[in-house]
Amino acid sequence: MSKYSKNINKKQIRIALRNCGIIDPEIIEEYIARDGYHALGEVLTRQTPEETIELMKASGLRGRGGAGFPAGLKWDFARKNEADQKYVVCNADEGDPGAFMDRSILEGDPHSVLEAMAIVGRCIGSDMGYIYIRAEYPLAIARLKIAIEQAREYGLLGKDILGSGFNFDIDLKYGAGAFVCGEETALIHSMEGERGEPTLKPPFPAESGYMGKPTNVNNVETLANVPVIILKGAEWFSSIGTESSKGTKVFALAGKINNVGLIEVPMGTTLREVIFEIGGGIKDGKKFKAAQTGGPSGGCLTEKHLDTPIDYENLVANGSMMGSGGMIVMDEDDCMVSIARFYLDFTVEESCGKCAPCRIGNKRLHELLQRICEGKGEESDLVRLRNLGEVIKDTSLCGLGQSSPNPVLSTMDNFPEEYLSHVVDKKCTSGVCTDLLEYFIVEENCIGCTACARACPVGCISGERKEPHLINPDTCIKCGACMEKCKFDAVILK
Amino acid sequence: MSSVKIELRQDQVDKIHSICDSFGNQEGELINVLHKCQSTFGYLPAEVQEVISEKMEMPAAKVYGVVTFYSFFTMIPKGKHPISICTGTACYVRGAETVLNEFKKQLEIEVGETCEDGIFSLSCLRCVGACGLAPVVQVGDKTYGRVAPDDVKGIIEAYTG
Ligand SMILES: Cc1cc2nc3c(=O)[nH]c(=O)nc-3n(C[C@H](O)[C@H](O)[C@H](O)COP(=O)(O)O)c2cc1C
Ligand code: SF4
Ligand code: SF4
Ligand code: SF4
Ligand code: FES
Repeated sequence: MSKYSKNINKKQIRIALRNCGIIDPEIIEEYIARDGYHALGEVLTRQTPEETIELMKASGLRGRGGAGFPAGLKWDFARKNEADQKYVVCNADEGDPGAFMDRSILEGDPHSVLEAMAIVGRCIGSDMGYIYIRAEYPLAIARLKIAIEQAREYGLLGKDILGSGFNFDIDLKYGAGAFVCGEETALIHSMEGERGEPTLKPPFPAESGYMGKPTNVNNVETLANVPVIILKGAEWFSSIGTESSKGTKVFALAGKINNVGLIEVPMGTTLREVIFEIGGGIKDGKKFKAAQTGGPSGGCLTEKHLDTPIDYENLVANGSMMGSGGMIVMDEDDCMVSIARFYLDFTVEESCGKCAPCRIGNKRLHELLQRICEGKGEESDLVRLRNLGEVIKDTSLCGLGQSSPNPVLSTMDNFPEEYLSHVVDKKCTSGVCTDLLEYFIVEENCIGCTACARACPVGCISGERKEPHLINPDTCIKCGACMEKCKFDAVILK
Repeated sequence: MSSVKIELRQDQVDKIHSICDSFGNQEGELINVLHKCQSTFGYLPAEVQEVISEKMEMPAAKVYGVVTFYSFFTMIPKGKHPISICTGTACYVRGAETVLNEFKKQLEIEVGETCEDGIFSLSCLRCVGACGLAPVVQVGDKTYGRVAPDDVKGIIEAYTG
């Protein structure tokens, strides 16, 4: 990220992204030269699985895939469940629209994930790992295949790794474009060749996962942290971050911000530092309005949250969540109602349909939002939105439905006046909801040629020849004929 | 299901059989089989699904159920130049919807459809990882960044002109 100035770089610490853009991901020697596979060697020759798990627990590493479950604890569960066969799964489904951290790690540093999976295998007692990756990521798939092949040639995957007697191999499984397959039970069904529908937990994958065997599922970024933690120690890792959230988090910074791209910052960095120092502020000198985190499961943070340290707990407390790390910055031109509708649109499309609250409830939520954006909403719709949203959260089967109303509830909490102006005044102050815009004649541009008045099918344009004309908004049917006729750009929508 | 009935040639049936065999005809490999068949035929018409179901000894309904669950699988042939509009969040906030509407208008098709002459098809993607260039449009392998509705005509003409 050379385009960032030195000062800005100070705010960033690269752990998960340590090798991205620095090594050639298709050459295993370059990874090894940067201490690659040393952690695996350490774990295989100098630590017992219990010691490694204790080290992970002490480091405080939590899952980066969304829920933030402590990694060491998860491994411990899988280890303690006795079985003839166990599996290690890497969740590389990355479904959050507008996020691409995991892909960048897989493309830029595939060996870090392979090494970590082997370490997990050793800890839980598994000899087989799968990476569940979206078919839409062809480059990441190609790089992973090369990396697996090279690791096998070096004896870092396969039988009797580094002469330790430990066997471990990795294969790929492909997703096929279903957001819900990022949910771990759905992911496992998809790996088994089924429709990717979630099932109730318990049983957790650590008890009964792939093929009914204990399975440990971790996210790509979680795994990428593992080798470094083993080499540098739990104390080092836990010295970075906040009380409850250790280490760093990668965010995909996008939207109305000057420096878009991936950033990796210590947990506890404030939104202000991310947006105004690292991100270089809002594009075109506009005013910051909100930052959306957690994708379709999350919510938005506003001006009043700018100085809140970003960690798992604070985000949840403020009605959002960490999610996988998408961060979309919005300015005064963005309409929060239509943003909420955008996410609902996504959820409705991606709901697997298994349970009614999510399948039907989200559809109704979406219809309500659609009506509001079209200017047909009523004040009572706002109460309906909130009630329905709460019910969906409480009664849905999986995390998708349980979190899908968040974008609506959070924008309602933070921008109540915007919802009100949509339903009461039928106005969209940011000018996004086109149905709420009105045709208007700009006095300075109008030469009074009367072309518009003659074209208007309902005769709602008045004005003398060579005098500025005026549209009566009460009778205008918004057909657009006037705008088309005017040769002087005098008719505008606002 | 797709409205046009197609007749598979024997060599095509053989090809499907060999794909199923290469995955050991195992039920758990269905998604991999479908990926392979789609990359071979370009899409997964009902006729191809039937051959898979017979060969792998599973109900056609199950194959159909899986094909329709995943958005990556399509039962309609893609156009010669498939157009994909990114509707990820970053692209959305920078105006992807207006670009999409312009494509629909110009091509006179909806998302998921293919033009009658088979030249273009229209689909939506969720984040192609080029958020810095939002809004992003892909035509085949080519990526267009910072696309405005006014650019749409030119993009289409580049493939028809
Ligand atoms: C609807 C839904 C989508 C999810 N998508 C992803 C995803 O794309 N990638 C991911 O790693 N985890 C995703 N998760 C979280 C996983 O279920 C699981 O918690 C995670 O992979 C565990 O790994 P971690 O503990 O390392 O975070 C999703 C969860 C839900 C409910
Ligand atoms: S909450 Fe939604 S995605 Fe999850 S099981 Fe129910 S219908 Fe499927
Ligand atoms: S067509 Fe344009 S310039 Fe002519 S009267 Fe109408 S608004 Fe004015
Ligand atoms: S939009 Fe149509 S109805 Fe409204 S003022 Fe213009 S011409 Fe008349
Ligand atoms: S949202 Fe369109 S490229 Fe990321």
